[in-house]
Amino acid sequence: MTGDTVLQVRNLAVEFDSIDGTVHAVNNVSFDLKRGQTLGVVGESGSGKSVSMMSLLRLIAEPPGKITSGSAVFLPRNGEPVDLLQLPKRWLARIRGDRIGFVFQDPMSSLNPLMTVGEQIAESVRKHTELQGSVCRDRAVELLEHVGIPGAAERYNNYPHQFSGGMRQRVMIAIAIACNPDIIIADEPTTALDVTVQAEIVDRMQKLTKELSISVIWISHDLGVVAGIADVLMVMYGGSVVERGEISRVYSHPRHPYTIGLLGALPKLGAAQKRLVNIGGSPPSLFSPPRQCAFAARCPWVFDRCKAERPPLFFATGSHSEDPSAHGHVTACFYDLEKDRRRDPDETGIDVTAFEVGQQG
Amino acid sequence: MQRYLFTRVIQSGLLMLGVLVITFFMVRLTGDPARTMVPRDASPERVEQMRVAMGFDDPLIIQFARYVGGAVRGDFGQSLHYRAPSMRLVLERVPATIQLTLAALGFALLFSVPLGIIGGSRPGTIWDTLARGFGLLGQTVPNFWLALMLIVVFSVELRWFPTFGRSGFASVVLPAVALGFFPLGQFTRLIRSAVLEVRSEDYIRTAYSKGIEEWQVLSRHIFRNVSITLVSILGVQFGYMLGGSIYIESIFAWPGIGRMINEAVQARDFPLVQAIAVFSAGFVVVLNLLTDIAYALIDPRIRYED
Ligand SMILES: Nc1ncnc2c1ncn2[C@@H]1O[C@H](COP(=O)(O)OP(=O)(O)OP(=O)(O)O)[C@@H](O)[C@H]1O
Ligand SMILES: [Mg+2]
Repeated sequence: MTGDTVLQVRNLAVEFDSIDGTVHAVNNVSFDLKRGQTLGVVGESGSGKSVSMMSLLRLIAEPPGKITSGSAVFLPRNGEPVDLLQLPKRWLARIRGDRIGFVFQDPMSSLNPLMTVGEQIAESVRKHTELQGSVCRDRAVELLEHVGIPGAAERYNNYPHQFSGGMRQRVMIAIAIACNPDIIIADEPTTALDVTVQAEIVDRMQKLTKELSISVIWISHDLGVVAGIADVLMVMYGGSVVERGEISRVYSHPRHPYTIGLLGALPKLGAAQKRLVNIGGSPPSLFSPPRQCAFAARCPWVFDRCKAERPPLFFATGSHSEDPSAHGHVTACFYDLEKDRRRDPDETGIDVTAFEVGQQG
Repeated sequence: MQRYLFTRVIQSGLLMLGVLVITFFMVRLTGDPARTMVPRDASPERVEQMRVAMGFDDPLIIQFARYVGGAVRGDFGQSLHYRAPSMRLVLERVPATIQLTLAALGFALLFSVPLGIIGGSRPGTIWDTLARGFGLLGQTVPNFWLALMLIVVFSVELRWFPTFGRSGFASVVLPAVALGFFPLGQFTRLIRSAVLEVRSEDYIRTAYSKGIEEWQVLSRHIFRNVSITLVSILGVQFGYMLGGSIYIESIFAWPGIGRMINEAVQARDFPLVQAIAVFSAGFVVVLNLLTDIAYALIDPRIRYED
């Protein structure tokens, strides 16, 4: 199985120093990403989705941010595995934009207003390939065509303000795929766009990444969008992963109280563009170190253990399950929703360092 | 772009017309312009003589038409003090002032650009402290005091530079430093905060996410956006310095426009004051126009606006 894993994140923790104290933005996040797979990451605002993914390539502000623990082993198509969190900055710069591309939320502000869109694509190509001068330009034009911009050769010389939001997001996608990466991290790439344009961008991303067998980490507020494109769903809450598993399985058998709340708030299909509705209670404070379940204060199933310990990941379904999609479905909850009872105190959580999605303990 | 420039040119023309109106009435504010142009103890005959000589006995509208007609041809009348055409006197002094202003701005930029950039991109470090220190110092040290200190230390004690006058490169150093110290502080502060601001823009994160190295992000992405701020303050400071160098030019006996204003006001040489005022205003208007053109060259959002 290890052969087709491209990214293996283990026990990632990120903190921010602020005047009010230390913000524990990401705690013990672990996951695997397979080649060609799309991982959907959902969770309410402030749950650590962006910070956890941006910190993989050290794209958070340091200081005030700080990666306090963890590893992120990246296994490129051609090349040795490397732990991204241990790499010196210079090496990291060779991976960013080349092996791992990014698409950000707001296409209005994500492109440099003083540089032509073509130049912004070419800049990345020039940095990571041997291409120079007009060849590099041709490649940028080709990429513009590839993401469906009509009249690409003329559009090369346009500035971002001459493009609509959807067109700019396509330029961002062109930048992300410019060097044929192993992974694209897309941080709410459609949130800022019109509904009609959203669907177009989703389709375009899906088509391109399948074509080039690029793995995608798709961060979203929109469970409707994620349902359509992700293979694996990862639900985050209060800086931690609370549930993860094959998407159809998580949707049909949610096994964490927070996920159940989220799905209860899932708008019906057809109205799928609505953002997540907040479930009862307020988001957890991230100032105190994680010593209890972050969801305890809002949880209908809460009991004393939830306030005394932080739940590790447990398998959501026992190893007896016939359904292969149940394999690798995990939840961070002391209450076994499958059996509708509290877990035994001696039931041990999963050793994440040895664990992969799709593998059953 | 054409429309942008066209409106700017029209605005500049209107501005100049306003300047002419103001300078015309400036002399007449006190009621009797002839009185203000003669020494306080002058005889009534002398005042009457001046009134006739300057045409102050004509109806106001005729006087104004004459004034504007002359101004268009660059004729502001004879300087009372120098007994020569006022505008010619002004133009003779222009190179010295421009030389001093450019030297002062050059000095300010030389230090403020690196300081502001380093401070802004490494907030909280010793470089940042240095940048903020200079920013504060530049804006709090009075330039006439600095000028005197520079003279005492570098001219009188060390004898490195002449104490006054305009004679070759060495003579411009001290006045340029004295004059450039305030903008040095101001530029450092503004560049620092502009860098801080641009650094946190989304497109800078995009640049890093493409794998661009830090110094290239700085030079290609951050500095270009910061230069918009830089151009605007340069334009303002250049214009401001033409007037602001009255002290400095007087202290260093620098034969420029600033010193001439001082002399002209003391001598009640109103034609000369008018010529200086109109010239300086025109200079500032042209500078603003150049600034606007520079904006358009840097920023495509302006260039392609319509
Ligand atoms: N520069 C920073 N300084 C201090 N705290 C920060 C900083 N950046 C992020 N955080 C904190 O980290 C936590 C996680 O933020 P993150 O941006 O990852 O949330 P998110 O899940 O992406 O939310 P959203 O859906 O709103 O994008 C938040 O509580 C936020 O306040
Ligand atoms: Mg986010």
